[in-house]
Amino acid sequence: MTESDLKPGHRSTLRCMALVVSALAVWGVLYACLEPAARWLTANALHLDTASRLGAAAAFFIYEAPKVLMLLALIVFGVGIVRSFFSPENTRKILAGRRESAGVVMAALLGVVTPFCSCSAVPLFIGFVTSGVPLGVTFAFLVSAPMVNEIALVMLFALFGWKIALLYMCTGLCVAMLSGWLIGRLKMERFVEGWVYTTQASACGCERPCAGWHDRIGLGIEAVRDIVGKVWPYVLAGIAVGAGIHGYVPENFMASLMGKSVWWSVPVAVLIGIPMYSNAAGIIPVVQALLGKGAAFGTVLAFMMAVIGLSLPEIIILRKVLRPRLIAAFICVVGCGILLVGYLFNLLL
Amino acid sequence: MKIEIYGTGCTKCKKLFENACQAAGSAARVVKVDDMQQIVSAGVMTTPAIAIDGQIKSAGRVLSVDEIRKLIA
Repeated sequence: MTESDLKPGHRSTLRCMALVVSALAVWGVLYACLEPAARWLTANALHLDTASRLGAAAAFFIYEAPKVLMLLALIVFGVGIVRSFFSPENTRKILAGRRESAGVVMAALLGVVTPFCSCSAVPLFIGFVTSGVPLGVTFAFLVSAPMVNEIALVMLFALFGWKIALLYMCTGLCVAMLSGWLIGRLKMERFVEGWVYTTQASACGCERPCAGWHDRIGLGIEAVRDIVGKVWPYVLAGIAVGAGIHGYVPENFMASLMGKSVWWSVPVAVLIGIPMYSNAAGIIPVVQALLGKGAAFGTVLAFMMAVIGLSLPEIIILRKVLRPRLIAAFICVVGCGILLVGYLFNLLL
Repeated sequence: MKIEIYGTGCTKCKKLFENACQAAGSAARVVKVDDMQQIVSAGVMTTPAIAIDGQIKSAGRVLSVDEIRKLIA
């Protein structure tokens, strides 16, 4: 078969694939050069001694900042393509009418791969509950979708390694499943605002615009532009603060504040974490640096989960559809789940 | 022709509205729908969404001016 036999769609897909493969190759080469380049820059170009405070901070920043941004671009691209296979409409179809036990597990898992933005939490919530998705199952989705997201996982992977990233993902999923199951058990349907159930949500017949790989790759690139374009200042600011901590805060400084023996550090970390949001990308490098200065791992993990998973803006948005009692139950259940994770890891590790 | 933009006022919704206005020119009337009940009744679960003559064409994405032009044509 010669090239002229191929349909135009095929040809553009092939061209796209070739472009992606070469882009990935360039990415790989750049990534491999990163460490020696950063070392050279610190030692030879800036004439800094990595044993000095300023040198340690500079070395950390010069290496970590491009590394994290590159990983972020790669993973966001991959996740963008994976997400093009899922849509909230399909997820709803899968979850509608499911038994609660199986439902919360599937909802938490689908929360990871379904495209979700907290600004559409309300229409999504209504779309779910009015089409027969149980309340608990809906909450399992609403907890897992923001908490186990690609930005958090990339930051954890880049700064802590794959084991911690995986651990975060698994515990995050568990918190989502347990919270959903518990909220389902509490039978809180009557604390959903009355107008929600009377709303006639017609099924939307809209198709996603992607048919072929060409479109999926386009969606991946769009995700990179959108997300990396939005979070890079936070990432850089976070790594800069982290670098400062690396270089200037004395060893074991955090042990007395966030150490294992300080029992109240976990709840305080959760309480501080809840109102903080969108700074997730910036908070993880800071937290990583604190860990090196004697903070306990469980406390740090709980703090990150509270920052990423529970956010004040989302809670305010959800107030439109949930009565205060249900909001309070939601925060308590998820907060307690995170607390449990924090204590568990302080005990185990 | 009537173009409706469904969204609760986030930056993405504003961008889609701007793109739709630019794409439509004087050929269509572009309306912003920000009432939650109306959004949900239309079957929209992810904002921003765009409907042309009452039919939802896309949800959850900011379409470019060109993409909207193709939808109108």
